Amino acid sequence: MRKKVNIWVIITGLFVGISAVLLTQLGNPANMGFCIACFLRDIAGATKMHTAAAVQYVRPEIIGIVLGAMIMAMISGEFNGRAGSSPALRFVIGAFVMIGALVFLGCPLRMVIRIGGGDLNALVGLAGFAVGILIGIFFLRRGFSMKRNYEIKKTEALVMPLSMAGLLILVLAVPALFAFSEKGPGSMHAPFAVSLIIGLIVGALAQKSRLCTVGGMRDAFMFKDFNLLSGFVIILLTVFIGNLITGDFTGFAARLQPVSHTAEWWNFLGMLIVGWGSVLLGGCPLRQLILAGEGNGDSAVTVFGMIVGAAFAHNFALAGSPDSMKDGVYSSGGIAAPGKAAVIIALAVFAFISIMNTRKDKN
Amino acid sequence: MIDARGLSCPLPVVMVQKEVKKSAPDSLSVVVDAQVCVENITRYADNQGYKVSVKEENGDFVMELKK
Repeated sequence: MRKKVNIWVIITGLFVGISAVLLTQLGNPANMGFCIACFLRDIAGATKMHTAAAVQYVRPEIIGIVLGAMIMAMISGEFNGRAGSSPALRFVIGAFVMIGALVFLGCPLRMVIRIGGGDLNALVGLAGFAVGILIGIFFLRRGFSMKRNYEIKKTEALVMPLSMAGLLILVLAVPALFAFSEKGPGSMHAPFAVSLIIGLIVGALAQKSRLCTVGGMRDAFMFKDFNLLSGFVIILLTVFIGNLITGDFTGFAARLQPVSHTAEWWNFLGMLIVGWGSVLLGGCPLRQLILAGEGNGDSAVTVFGMIVGAAFAHNFALAGSPDSMKDGVYSSGGIAAPGKAAVIIALAVFAFISIMNTRKDKN
Repeated sequence: MIDARGLSCPLPVVMVQKEVKKSAPDSLSVVVDAQVCVENITRYADNQGYKVSVKEENGDFVMELKK
């Protein structure tokens, strides 16, 4: 058996891990060098789709990832306009995946980065993520499908890349249009150009390597294929070693980890939703950005769904609140009642979609 | 011939896996329309002991899996 692991997956994992540590050193929030959910949430805030003052910033990493994927796809002849595979369902699943991620406080990529930073809550999230993936696989094996996509015009294929290019032009030319956090995670960021360039490289590498955090475990469970999982592991190890070098790693603990809470059941369920939903979608939030950059209209709709989900998460107090320490007094964060209700609704919606889109396999 | 065109990951591999588990065929033809599906199916088929050849036809990839 040859070519078990693609070298590009290793290179991408290394680059993402090193970049995550570097971006944190340059100003991004701790254990948040990269987080697709958090960064889309910040963009939703910057564009005033929600008004949570602490999480508003036009994250150039997201713009870079989409444009980097587009450039690499065009160079390699893989820029293919495709859409029509249950776009409305994908929008809904994308929105709930985002809500699950914000209950946990991070996408799968940040979950890995948090584990590498010593955050034990993220290990609980990992367990939920794995269970969610297994539930998704249960339905995939029984014939779950959102039906095929079809070729589309270039104008449709370019919606997400051009939206991101437009956002970049607007934020550079007319920054006053946007809301920017003055304190909190949204106020913490690496220099704009550095984030943009790193995003471009990550987008290009992830397009080339097909890096997908959910695909790693899914393929390992389903096909004993460890190609993508190796990227997941490399990111974790690189971040862990990077944090040791920078001195940011202070041991494994659950309380008072950066932008994190200790409501473990909700950490578990939040990431279960992300794992399950991402398997239904065919890829994690990072992968959806990459596919949207490659011209996949269904993934573009999914990303828009995630942005709307992020806005809902903050407009309706669904997102988790991090633990905090003020004047030596510890205050535990967690999930408010609306967030708990949203998690239950997400599980019910995913169960409904999974069952309704699973055909009985006659074979 | 398995027609997995237009299906998102990992459905094309699932379709091949089902066929392989059901009848362990000596040869199997699969048509897909994305390079990533070619790579995924090739990795799976390789692990199952198949040799894979691919040819491009009108933008689609026709894959022949042979023991």
